Amino acid sequence: MRSLWQTTLGRLGRTLTRDIALVCLADGIVGLSFGAIAVAAGLPIWLPMLLSVVVFAGASQFMFIALIAAGGNPLAALAAGLLVNARHLPFGLAVGAVLGSGLLRRIIGSHLMIDESVAFALSQTEPARRRAAYWACGSALFVCWNVGVMAGAFGGAAIKDTNAFGLDAAFPAVLLALMLPSLKDRAVRAAALVGAVLAVVLSPLLPAGLPVLLSLAALPLAMIGRFRAVPAETAPAGDDSVGARP
Amino acid sequence: MTATVLTGVALGVGTFGFRFAGASLQSRITVSPRTQHVLAASSVVLLVALIATATALDGESFAGWARPAGVAVGGVLAWRKAPFVAVVLAAAGVAAGLRLLGVR
Repeated sequence: MRSLWQTTLGRLGRTLTRDIALVCLADGIVGLSFGAIAVAAGLPIWLPMLLSVVVFAGASQFMFIALIAAGGNPLAALAAGLLVNARHLPFGLAVGAVLGSGLLRRIIGSHLMIDESVAFALSQTEPARRRAAYWACGSALFVCWNVGVMAGAFGGAAIKDTNAFGLDAAFPAVLLALMLPSLKDRAVRAAALVGAVLAVVLSPLLPAGLPVLLSLAALPLAMIGRFRAVPAETAPAGDDSVGARP
Repeated sequence: MTATVLTGVALGVGTFGFRFAGASLQSRITVSPRTQHVLAASSVVLLVALIATATALDGESFAGWARPAGVAVGGVLAWRKAPFVAVVLAAAGVAAGLRLLGVR
């Protein structure tokens, strides 16, 4: 296991390791606020910790405790959380190859699938680095997120307003920086922009989670120019780095 | 409270189901490079939609100017190939600074 770790870190290189560490730090602080908010809302101290281990998806966790704390029906909170997390299915289809073979690896790797680990994987072109980035980001974030939530739950009033530190702006900026290489492809960029507009416009009208899923309606735009693909344009065999194609 | 715990665990199980189903399907089907392109593009589209909604909105309403301004500065820095650390710190710093100045 240790040697696996060393190879992973070796493949990542110093820059990527530092980038992942920074995202972990930021998410750890957000976790701190999650734990604190949940306890301050009158929920038992173990509930945010349980959610962070078994769900491990920040946005849906915040939504779940907000709905529960507001006295909402737990089933409604469940439905809302599942809707927000449904995007992990297409994520799995896109980056599933980085999990490797073996049931245990696939189970653990699946649980580590979050926005950040997917984005870090997509930002790498070489399959080995892509795999290393995914696993390093996913496992480090799992630790930081849960430690942060635990500290927040016990620390109570520590940090409740992460907006004061601008962390709410850091999350989209992190994802944006990681997505830029994939957005060099004009067709993908067009699809992403139309999808983003669609999601924002639909957000006031539809339940949370659904607008982001509906951005996929713009996906056909990503195929423009690819129906007439000449053989030279298709990717070489064994290339699973399509997302970051220049 | 029992209902809350059960639904919390159910959310975890359901979320894992999405993750595992996608990854398992991926390993079971052989996809052409073109399909692989669409699958990768679908993740990019979803993540960019997530970036847009997380930038512009707080729930269903406008998040205020501080956050989009921070994300925009971070985005420009990333585009200009600034180090990742600078991108993250600038985005958070601009948003926090604007709020300190009373911009919401």
